[in-house]
Amino acid sequence: MNGVARFARTSRALHWTMAAMVLAMLFIGMSMVASLGAYHSLLSVHRPLGILVLVFVVVRFVNRQIHPPPPFLQDMSSRERIVASASERLLYLLMFLQPLVGWGMLSAARYPIVLFGPVHLPPILPHDLRLYEILRSTHTALAYGLCLTFMGHLCGVLFHTIVLRDRLLRRMAP
Amino acid sequence: MALQFLLPDGEEWRTAMVDTPVFAVSTPEAFRDQLVAMAPDPATGNADPVKMKAFFARHPESARAAERIKAQTPSSGFHDSTYGSLNAFVFVDGGGRRTPVRWWMVPVQPFESATPPPPAGVPNYLFDALATRLRQQPLQWHLVLTVGQPRDPTNDATIPWPPDRDRIDAGILTIDTMEGEEASLARTVNFDPLVLPDGIESSDDPLLSARSAVYSASFRRRAGEPVSASAVTNTEVEVSGP
Ligand code: HEM
Repeated sequence: MNGVARFARTSRALHWTMAAMVLAMLFIGMSMVASLGAYHSLLSVHRPLGILVLVFVVVRFVNRQIHPPPPFLQDMSSRERIVASASERLLYLLMFLQPLVGWGMLSAARYPIVLFGPVHLPPILPHDLRLYEILRSTHTALAYGLCLTFMGHLCGVLFHTIVLRDRLLRRMAP
Repeated sequence: MALQFLLPDGEEWRTAMVDTPVFAVSTPEAFRDQLVAMAPDPATGNADPVKMKAFFARHPESARAAERIKAQTPSSGFHDSTYGSLNAFVFVDGGGRRTPVRWWMVPVQPFESATPPPPAGVPNYLFDALATRLRQQPLQWHLVLTVGQPRDPTNDATIPWPPDRDRIDAGILTIDTMEGEEASLARTVNFDPLVLPDGIESSDDPLLSARSAVYSASFRRRAGEPVSASAVTNTEVEVSGP
């Protein structure tokens, strides 16, 4: 156990909760647009869960200022450190933008943004179909971006854990 | 007929209805089969009767629905048509009690049967007739809720509910003005049947989620297209307000 500086407990909890939420969101999103029968029920989960991701990402960002990540493993090269922090920033950015774009595109299409029962969010953009189409395509592009960045993140961790066996995963393990 | 109700707390109810007694198919799969069967034969320009027959043989519920639809006398215009939700929905009261409901917009204007053939070379004659009527007086419809009984089918829009079901007159819609397509929400709002306020829910009718999915895909494609000229323009249907 000794020798590996770990992320703070709140950081670890937020990390794994959000990992599950975002992964679920990607699968829900991809399945619902390919489904007729499950479209409505999946979208009814997609909206509130997506907004929850937005809330969590803000909380997580604040948490990161309070509990900065532990220093990198000593034998990571400076190039690898740059890639690692850049990919983390990219993940934060995508997790923040994606739900905002989802909310924005529904606003631009003038859909009510229902979370559950009578609870709904106000529109954040004017009713504009052009804007809707742009944001709707952005939502797809950002979803691909999230998938790819997530895969890169996963591959990096797997490489460290299986090939280098440097206990990198210990830092974030629950 | 498509309606958008904006509730005071920001909730919304959208409904798109048609003037048939039942819907032609009961599942999205049957809808697809019907489209394939109806595809015009390049040789004749019409649907292939053999394929249509095979479709009805495979979907007897659609054959019965087609008979019911054909049996209804067409009305003379938009003003004297009855428009129905056809799909069943579930109304939920404050105590959580669930009631299956279908709704209808029933015209106050007396029914007149259509006098065929329609005028040649006037593609918008139905809209023009509506505008002419509106210049004289507002038009009205009753919103009538048909209350289903527990055994009434909610998952099959090809089957009408028995005629003796309770009907609740829930209000009157008055139309007193008309605008062309270019200004209208018909273009810029998706009349998704599952945009519902708290208290109205989807039933187990499989067409509802499928309609929602398909409307969304088509709405998105339309949003990406250049805006085409309106078929029914503002000047054509202008109603100088009463
Ligand atoms: C982390 C957050 C989110 C992720 C990962 C995500 C992911 C996705 C994915 C993968 C799709 C399918 C895209 C496609 O294949 O075209 C999608 C579609 C969609 N998302 Fe999200 N989404 C998120 C947040 C949101 C939020 C917050 C909302 C709304 C409040 C939202 C509303 C929608 C809608 C309406 C669709 C498309 C439905 C349609 O066009 O029929 N999403 N999302």
